[in-house]
Amino acid sequence: MDLQNIFSEIEKKDPEIYDRLDTRRNVMKQFGRVLALSAVPFALGGMFKKAYGRTPADVLAVLNFALTLEYLEAAFYAEAITHTSLFPTEAALQAFTTIGNHETAHVAFLKTAITGASGTPVDKPTFDFTAGGTFSDVFTNYGTLLKVAQAFEDTGVRAYKGQAAVLMENSTVLTAALQIHSVEARHAAHIRSMRRATTGNTKIKPWITGKYTDVPETQPVYNGEENEVQADITVTGIATQVTQDAATESFDEPLSKADVLDIAHLFIVP
Amino acid sequence: MPDVHRRTFLKYAGMGAAVLSAGSVISSCSDDYANDGAGISLGSGDTAVLNYAYALEQLEAAFYTQVILTPYAGISDEEMSLLTDIRNHEIAHREFFRKALSTAAIQDLQVDFSSIDFSKRDKVLAAASTFEDLGVAAYNGAGKYIKTPAYLGLAGKIVSVEARHAAYIHDLVSPGSFSSTADSSGLDPAKTPADVFAAASVFIKTQINTNTLPK
Repeated sequence: MDLQNIFSEIEKKDPEIYDRLDTRRNVMKQFGRVLALSAVPFALGGMFKKAYGRTPADVLAVLNFALTLEYLEAAFYAEAITHTSLFPTEAALQAFTTIGNHETAHVAFLKTAITGASGTPVDKPTFDFTAGGTFSDVFTNYGTLLKVAQAFEDTGVRAYKGQAAVLMENSTVLTAALQIHSVEARHAAHIRSMRRATTGNTKIKPWITGKYTDVPETQPVYNGEENEVQADITVTGIATQVTQDAATESFDEPLSKADVLDIAHLFIVP
Repeated sequence: MPDVHRRTFLKYAGMGAAVLSAGSVISSCSDDYANDGAGISLGSGDTAVLNYAYALEQLEAAFYTQVILTPYAGISDEEMSLLTDIRNHEIAHREFFRKALSTAAIQDLQVDFSSIDFSKRDKVLAAASTFEDLGVAAYNGAGKYIKTPAYLGLAGKIVSVEARHAAYIHDLVSPGSFSSTADSSGLDPAKTPADVFAAASVFIKTQINTNTLPK
């Protein structure tokens, strides 16, 4: 990112911006200070707020929504890796550790972003990873542990995707959200590969086929993934290789905030 | 995200082009990558971004088509099956963009994979890893240039599938490296079109005029 260019462009579009922001030099100085606090992408967001008197509440709401999901994931992996004997291999434990570290980093990143935009990060909820007993052996049965992990990751991917349009308001936040979104998809693919290997069920692939899940309790995470029509174009049969399965696998579907919260609330103690 | 009718899609593409002549203010700042204006045009505005994605999908589809046509030595049934899935997904993406862009679509690109030894597993997977990571970073970086919400939604639907591919390929190269691209904040890279074309140009013979891409 070339900061000088960004400032030049803002100046062209809004010649009075520096009157509102003191002088250009001061802007750079302030910006440098914020940068030092490592809120890199969001320093810009903060500056726009000062210039135009708003950080849309919608963007903050999305960030807090994302934070809630990241709290859930981070707490889940943090708890999981304390049960070391649950993991059949060192690689499996390592994968959970890697993913957990990312989720914890996402929590920190989002909190910084929210604070940087003069918002208040939501409190971390109290979680029940058994979902009221549905997954009662989540931390004593490796198979259940992986089922819950897969549901969380695939939900996370759909959740970020569903909020992208709201974030168009702020391109810096949008880009960061996309950068988290693809990491969640990488996690999802790996957990699904782990489940493919441990269950021997080859219908579980790194990608989502139709709305298929072998775990009926997690069906709401996959409903809607069977969509074969994109922008009014039927993808199935668009080329000979593109079967119905391929068509649904090749496009991941978003999930509305309400649907995501319905899923998340199963794991949140009210 | 509501589905966009094809006609609406094209109408918006045109509108995006008009809006983006204002947006091309952005491209008037310092020239990061030289392009003399020769080569095929990607169009402007959202059309340019979509053609950019279409170009990358053409490249990926052509690559995996070759992988499946001439499988590397020692390929397992499991690898053959999942790499075939990936080929089919990339073909679905390519054909989707071709249809969606309609008359605004760029021509079929000529690819050059002469630098890749398709008989060797490590070479093929290294190239696959490059393509997938590049695709993810390209979509991540292009999102902010898209003016039409529905197109951003479509890019979002595709990028996570590319990330799933990337994770699978990474794990084939080195088990457990599925998300090794993430930085210390747990963020994947986002690349500018200039950086993406710089990395991809060795594989693309057709000259592309990148001047109209947002920078």
